[in-house]
Amino acid sequence: MKIMTCPVNGPRPLQEFVYGGDVTEMPCPDQVTDEQWAAYVFERDGAPGPHKEWWYHAPSGVWFIAERDTGTDEISNTYLYNG
Amino acid sequence: MPHRLLRFGLSKEYNEPRMFRSPEQLKKSYDVVIIGAGGHGLATAYYLARDHGITDVAVLERAYIGSGGTGRNTAIVRANYLTPEGVAFYDESIRLFQDLSADLDLNLFYSQRGHFTLAHSDASLRTMRWRAEVNKHLGVDSELVDTAFIKEKCPHIDLSCGGHAPVMGALFHPPGAIARHDAVAWGYGRGADQRGVEIHQQTEVTGIVVKGDKVTGVQTNRGTIETSKVVCAVAGYTPPILEMVGIKTPLVIQPLQACVSEPLKPWLDTIIVSASLHLYVSQSSRGELVMGASLDPYTIHSTRSTLDFVEGLSGHLLDLFPFLGDVKILRQWAGLSDMTPDFSPIMGLTPVEGFYLDAGWGTWGFKATPVCGKTMSYTVSENKPHPLIEPFRLSRFKEFELVGEKGAASVGH
Repeated sequence: MKIMTCPVNGPRPLQEFVYGGDVTEMPCPDQVTDEQWAAYVFERDGAPGPHKEWWYHAPSGVWFIAERDTGTDEISNTYLYNG
Repeated sequence: MPHRLLRFGLSKEYNEPRMFRSPEQLKKSYDVVIIGAGGHGLATAYYLARDHGITDVAVLERAYIGSGGTGRNTAIVRANYLTPEGVAFYDESIRLFQDLSADLDLNLFYSQRGHFTLAHSDASLRTMRWRAEVNKHLGVDSELVDTAFIKEKCPHIDLSCGGHAPVMGALFHPPGAIARHDAVAWGYGRGADQRGVEIHQQTEVTGIVVKGDKVTGVQTNRGTIETSKVVCAVAGYTPPILEMVGIKTPLVIQPLQACVSEPLKPWLDTIIVSASLHLYVSQSSRGELVMGASLDPYTIHSTRSTLDFVEGLSGHLLDLFPFLGDVKILRQWAGLSDMTPDFSPIMGLTPVEGFYLDAGWGTWGFKATPVCGKTMSYTVSENKPHPLIEPFRLSRFKEFELVGEKGAASVGH
């Protein structure tokens, strides 16, 4: 069974987690052109490699960030968002 | 048969005629280079040679013909989509599929079965009615049917669905069909090869030479080629190729898994799909049940198989066909799906002159193989998008003109 480490609940089976997509920085909607906004909304880095992603631990309702290689599926780090 | 097989098996020199040549050397230059010898790439090469007289074409394939999505899908062909753009496009594909065996002089086992998309709730019935009306309006044979009709066409089905999600009706699409997917690639490959196209397997593209926003060449592990036109038709492997030319897209890769059961006597004539149960199933001409479910729930560039998938799928299959409890799963596999946010493909011209994109094939690529070849070959030879693929252009995202096909493109979304 594949295990992921929740920063709050520790190592848990992957079935308990929900993938939330890449972490992206939202630009200020008032200060960008339509084209820049479209790039923020749609453009993704789809190539295999290290990614910073949102993940959700469903039973406890914790959103956190995982650093994962989408080519090898290795998770190198998980931590809470510190914005 | 055994004698014939033995003759070739024991001979040191294998003389069985091959379907296509394996040219030893890459030429210095080609008019068109196609990356990816799957159905789409080979169909594009075939129609370039047959319809547009462009035969100086190389198709480069990293592994072997049909090793990607072409040989990993569940081989369903249908046109009962939701948007007028999608319906027109996939309907043209069905028309091409229907006489493709004769066209390619190869039996593709194209078998028209009738395609049921089951509805288990009022909400999905409503979507089915919507799709049926769009389809009928555009001349595609599609209608909403009641449970008695489903039972008549597929007597083995348990419409109560184990009691927890009773079937309320279905979208019935008579032209829905299955075909032998690798034969489609082989047929197009042979047709292209006979017309002078070179197919280079085990040839990996390592770079694309772009000078001043114009393609001038392709670098491979077997040397560099000069060319002014490159078609990228590698579906799930598209993002790394796009990095070579510096184009950004919304493509995200997720695996899609499938499996087959052991062969059974023919009992399932129709193709049964249930979005609520995340299941589609048909019986191949070999007797195996060919089954698939929804996408794996997160991005990963790997064709690994999981127990989660086969467990979930078997459970849902037994809801509809409880008598299959003793049937064994023979094998399972996965393919890479390049998903777009609107569930429509990305096709046509790009900001880099001479670089043509045929991507975003997610879970709907096989059924589009012939029409992709037709429209991409037109696009490459005329350097302008074919009218059928104009709505699928890459620039639709920045123009906020998406083609929302999510309700009809695949199950479980």
